[in-house]
Amino acid sequence: MLGFLKKPVVVTAEINMNLMALTVMGLISRLWGLSYPRAVVFDEVYYGQFVSLYMKRIFFVDDSGPPFGNMLLALGGYLGGFDGNFLWNRIGAEYSINVPVWSLRLLPALAGALCVPLAYQILIELQFSHCAALGAALLILLENSLITQSRFMLLESILIFFILLAVLSYLKFYNLQRHSSFSGSWWFWLLLTGVACSCAVGVKYMGLFTYMLLLAIAGLHFWHMIGDQNFSNVSLMCHFLARALALVIIPMAMYLSFFYVHLTLLYRSGPHDQIMTSAFQASLEGGLARITQGQPLEVAYGSQITLRNVLGKPMQCWLHSHTNTYPIRYENGRGSSHQQQVTCYPFKDVNNWWIVKDPGMQQLVVSNPPRPVRHGHIVQLVHGITTRYLNTHDVAAPLSPHSQEVSCYIDYNISMPAQNLWRVEILNRESDTDVWKTILSEVRFVHVNTSAVLKASALSGASLPEWGYRQLEVVGEKLSKGYHQSMVWNVEEHRYGKSQEQKEREVELHSPTQMDISKNLSFMAKFTELQWKILTLKNEDTEHKYSSSALDWITMDTNIAYWLHPTSGAQIHLLGNIVTWASANVAALVYTCLSLWYLVRRRRKIYDIPEGAWQPWVSAGGICVGGWAVNYLPFFLMEKTLFLYHYLPALTFQILLIPIVLQHLSDHLCRSLLLKSMFSALLVAWFSSVYLVYSTFSPVTYGEPALSVTELKDLRWKDSWNILIRKQ
Amino acid sequence: MSASDCHQPQGRPLTSRLGCSRTAADPAGLHLPACPAPHPPRTPSPSMRRARPGAGAPRMPAAGGGQAELGPRGGPLRQRESRRLPGGLARPAAPPAPSAGPARPAALALVTLLSFASRFHRLPEPPHVCWDETHFGKMGSYYINRTFFFDVHPPLGKMLIGLAGYLSGYDGTFPFQKPGDRYEQHNYVGMRGFCAFLGSCLVPFAYLIVLELSKSLPAALLAAFILIFDTGCITLSQYILLDPILMFFLMGAVLSMVKCNSCADRPFSASWWFWLSLTGVNLAGAMGVKFVGLFVVLLVGLNTIYDLWDLLGNLSLSLVMFGKHLLARVLCLILLPLALYTAMFAVHFTVLNKSGPGDGFFSSAFQSQLIGNNLHNVSVPEHLAYGSVVTMKNLRMAGGYLHSHWHLYPEGIGARQQQVTAYLHKDLNNLWIIKKHDSDTADLSDPSSPVEFVRHGDIIRLEHKETSRNLHSHQHEAPLTRKHFQVTGYGINGTGDSNDFWRIEVVGRKAGKLIKVLRSQVRLTHVATGCILGSSGKTLPKWGWEQVEVTCTPYLKESPNSLWNFEDHINPKLPNISLDVLKPSFAEILLESHMVMIRGNSGLKPKDNEVTSKPWHWPINYQGLRFSGVNETDYRVYLLGNPVIWWLNLVTIGLYLLIAVSTAVALKRGVQLTTELEELSRVVLRGGGQITLGWLLHYLPFFMMGRVLYFHHYFPAMLFSSMLTGITWDALLKFCAGFLSHSTTARKVYRGGFLALVLLITYSFYLFHPLSYGMIGPMASDPSSPMAGLRWMDSWEF
Repeated sequence: MLGFLKKPVVVTAEINMNLMALTVMGLISRLWGLSYPRAVVFDEVYYGQFVSLYMKRIFFVDDSGPPFGNMLLALGGYLGGFDGNFLWNRIGAEYSINVPVWSLRLLPALAGALCVPLAYQILIELQFSHCAALGAALLILLENSLITQSRFMLLESILIFFILLAVLSYLKFYNLQRHSSFSGSWWFWLLLTGVACSCAVGVKYMGLFTYMLLLAIAGLHFWHMIGDQNFSNVSLMCHFLARALALVIIPMAMYLSFFYVHLTLLYRSGPHDQIMTSAFQASLEGGLARITQGQPLEVAYGSQITLRNVLGKPMQCWLHSHTNTYPIRYENGRGSSHQQQVTCYPFKDVNNWWIVKDPGMQQLVVSNPPRPVRHGHIVQLVHGITTRYLNTHDVAAPLSPHSQEVSCYIDYNISMPAQNLWRVEILNRESDTDVWKTILSEVRFVHVNTSAVLKASALSGASLPEWGYRQLEVVGEKLSKGYHQSMVWNVEEHRYGKSQEQKEREVELHSPTQMDISKNLSFMAKFTELQWKILTLKNEDTEHKYSSSALDWITMDTNIAYWLHPTSGAQIHLLGNIVTWASANVAALVYTCLSLWYLVRRRRKIYDIPEGAWQPWVSAGGICVGGWAVNYLPFFLMEKTLFLYHYLPALTFQILLIPIVLQHLSDHLCRSLLLKSMFSALLVAWFSSVYLVYSTFSPVTYGEPALSVTELKDLRWKDSWNILIRKQ
Repeated sequence: MSASDCHQPQGRPLTSRLGCSRTAADPAGLHLPACPAPHPPRTPSPSMRRARPGAGAPRMPAAGGGQAELGPRGGPLRQRESRRLPGGLARPAAPPAPSAGPARPAALALVTLLSFASRFHRLPEPPHVCWDETHFGKMGSYYINRTFFFDVHPPLGKMLIGLAGYLSGYDGTFPFQKPGDRYEQHNYVGMRGFCAFLGSCLVPFAYLIVLELSKSLPAALLAAFILIFDTGCITLSQYILLDPILMFFLMGAVLSMVKCNSCADRPFSASWWFWLSLTGVNLAGAMGVKFVGLFVVLLVGLNTIYDLWDLLGNLSLSLVMFGKHLLARVLCLILLPLALYTAMFAVHFTVLNKSGPGDGFFSSAFQSQLIGNNLHNVSVPEHLAYGSVVTMKNLRMAGGYLHSHWHLYPEGIGARQQQVTAYLHKDLNNLWIIKKHDSDTADLSDPSSPVEFVRHGDIIRLEHKETSRNLHSHQHEAPLTRKHFQVTGYGINGTGDSNDFWRIEVVGRKAGKLIKVLRSQVRLTHVATGCILGSSGKTLPKWGWEQVEVTCTPYLKESPNSLWNFEDHINPKLPNISLDVLKPSFAEILLESHMVMIRGNSGLKPKDNEVTSKPWHWPINYQGLRFSGVNETDYRVYLLGNPVIWWLNLVTIGLYLLIAVSTAVALKRGVQLTTELEELSRVVLRGGGQITLGWLLHYLPFFMMGRVLYFHHYFPAMLFSSMLTGITWDALLKFCAGFLSHSTTARKVYRGGFLALVLLITYSFYLFHPLSYGMIGPMASDPSSPMAGLRWMDSWEF
């Protein structure tokens, strides 16, 4: 029992001093003077507002990606005790005293620093020498662009960290595979691969590329296992299931959990509410929920309702009418029905209220008990304030002449009878007898006479001319045009009408709704909606002053000015180490050419390098060149605004390739001793130049010290670099 | 040319050499992908042997006698037998040709006949312009009239349409203004007939491809029937469109590629050369009709790389031999298509020598070659003078004329001043007046005042003739290229400010020299900011009428974007001199026309509120295209695939993936397969794989395209999908039947399954044929319509 007393407790620790030293150097290079400058630097202005919203628990939609990255940044703010009170409006604005700059920037900087030892480990796991591994780590350490990107409240360094972590864990897992399958560490690294992948995807969708690459590599490795007759069918199945669990199921669960935390944290209504559906908005505290709280759920004959267009793009709007009529003739000479205008109006207004009327009865109040409206029922919609009926007919609409005009019927023209019957079709019904529900039901109104569908044709953002007060057009669209969200409406505000007389009713319409039911959306419903919005929401694509095209990145023909001191010439740029970038390109080229050469020769059964060196060479290429390609090439197909920092993950992989190629050259191509020593001498010279460039550019990497105008001009090594020079 | 046939029985005298199969004496070690491995000479298992003729019998009585020899994959086997027993198996009717028996030619004849019958049935109906006929018919007329035009597609398809029209007696006078215009006395049937002819060829092509890949007659028949009875394919083949022409070349390329593969055991033989070069010809044809042809080029390219890689690994082949293989492919698949492709452009430019609607898309130099263009045999004042009215053309490929109009830049985009754009069409708003920076035109318009020429280095103002505003720039961001400055029209009646001053310079000239119209490449530098007037090539949004952005770039890089030349030049005071503009070389014209086409293609962006067709709609047959007629009384034709066929195709793709993956895993696990199954798995993986690759290549890229997409873009992929259906179901039925071997049920299952599929397809065609052959009467949404019960999806609009 007490056996441990009989022997001394011995802890044998093995410390890789290389690794330690690299970590420390990484930490120093990334953390040194972290809270300088005490001003908003570049995209901090973008991410900062989300951090503030997290602190205040206010709901927002960030269309640039999933929430995990923003959450990590917010964690930094939370640890630093940030209260969220800062107006993120301008790059270069001084931080107020309540902003914990250091802790906000800490997590990205730590992630950036840890990339250095990760690079070291990856090369070791790829079975390259310690020397090569050291080289890779040092190149990452001295890469100015990675340093700049890590030192601020930005997401790329976190993304790169998780990407490298995923690659490293997969390599560790794969190397363990041969002798100790299903051991503890085997499981650990396998699971860590999945977790790191999902974190990378959770930070930015770019992480998806590396995740796919790792999945493909895992698939390839498993394919080789299938061909291996040493595995029984059962053990193969176990291997397959373990991989599926760790690399597919767990990442998906993690991804969902990010959103779960996101939605749990943010429960208050906020600036992006109107992008979401009414049901979603009602689930947030404040905002719409305050209005809709306690509304009757089922729409009945006599209900007073406002109808919101489900599309919500380019802005949310409600079905609206007012006493003005369509002009007799439009500017282009076409005629109209000259009846009362019906539009879609982007603001709350008493003219947005409509009353659901049974065509067979005259009364406009809800009977007792209420008679609910069901799917397929025919109704009339009466405009609350003017008591005219919603109507459409075969007259060309003002802006979309191919569609029917929608009006509120006035009997001006005897030859044109009222056509004001509409069939209610609930699109998200469960059965054909479903009741029309407030907020929840998505409804389509089909015109009985012409089978046209009520539609807000505001997709283009084109609004009616002056006579329509620049409100949005509403038309009757042929049903056959297929499903589109602009044809779908939902009831937002709702109350049971009680007033018999028009005067009373107007008073009633002006009063706020109050009654009592609460609506809760399930997590999955909220998740699907939010995810869909993130993917489909598009900001207008405009060119930024510092945006660039993917082709500029390889040669680093572009830079980004991150910050400029308000008075002196001190400034921070995203600007890489040009020697490293050039060498990385050369390495990729050399690797590709050599591999092709070897491949062709091997096909002819000529083996230039021993089999033991070939395998690591191939897998290193698969990871590094593959990683570079998947993180770079897709940008050529993207239509969004691109910046130099999008290239950094690809660059990281490319840098890892440099020592791999160098070691290969020295091991296999420098056959004589003389060549070898010459090669080493060249290496030293080359590495010194890397360091020299790093130190030359470190003033614009760290923002200190301030340089004079001539020094700045000297730094402009390429004409296309935009170094800011203050006019004297 | 008898040597051309690998399989067809016509080449009988040569067949002993030309058959795909290898004799047992073949050099070992050659892996021939498309040819089955040699089997020991034995008769196929009886259950399988009878399967095919049974299935084929109801349609082909001629096949009845051949049961004894025709195994499902019996072709190669039988060849060997027949070679060993010359004269056939005591059956004088059966020719001793490879893979024959009367069944195959008869089947081929049958499907060809059916195909032609279905495509030519009611061809002249409706006698009015349908859908895109308005474009392609018009372009055919342009060729007959030799009028120059511009289109986003390469010229071959339209040239062939024009040729067909010319040969059939169409005189090119019908205007093809809009869909629905009646043809009246004009002869349009020739052009439609040409397209229908090519469209009909798709079926025999598909039949031959599948036969070659699977060596199974039922598979080939199934694929052929699917295409024959697909309403979509019929409709698309019946009108004057590019698609049947494109698909003809595409399938031709695949067919010759497959044929060439099966001749791989006899490299450098006449038939091998024939098929290889035919592949190249077809590739050029496909590329020459539409750029979508690029996908089939990719398919053939990948296949060739695979092939070469295989050859490289074959150590019995010397490197010299390999080099020959490589050279032969470079010659036939790269150089030959390139030459043909260039040749068709040469024909295009030779035929179209008259000025027409497409002139403005091209450079001044090119335009000067078109008869009737204002630059042809031009005579203008040679040197630029103050007071002249000019147009300026940007020198970038497909650059426009400097243009302005009354509309202002919208609020929030730079200063709210008049827009200045680049516009590709000739227009009065392209006219500018050249003025001195310090004096007005008033004294210049006086006829008595002396003419003063503009010199290199002068500072000038440019006044827009229609609106009397000056060309102006200032330090506001340009609308799209934010790094550049905005260019506007500013001032009233020619009075502006110092931001209207531009220095005019000619590239490669010294100060003080005169500026030549058309020849001088001119740069305009803004005096106040030092930026250069240029066109960014980006299309402005709606507010800018989708014209091209003009900016002032502070980056002084020399590029055609920032160079201009003067094209029109009007100055009554100067004598007109005839100029011979530098004639552009053919290579320049070729490059230029490609730039224009590519730009035109990427410019076909969907309008903001247009509900466009999405690629995922296509395989599920979600929504069709109205070819003709809208209302109840119209003769309506609706392009929609036969839903039964399309959904069968869709299911089959999933089924195929399942089968292929399980087969591959089984092979990788080293499961011992019987000879039949091994053969079956080869067909599924190799043959099916090629077809699937074709489908992917013709479908996936559309997901990444930004341009407007239409339903008919899916049809090339649909051809591959249909062939895959033939192969997959045949393999599946054989596999199922294989479990029941040595019993009559096996044969019944196979035969029954095949028959059921064919009957299903035929019956669905009977239901849906009005889609292609025209419907009159109430719309299908009306319950009284005969089609009412057939509107299975709400999105169909017939």
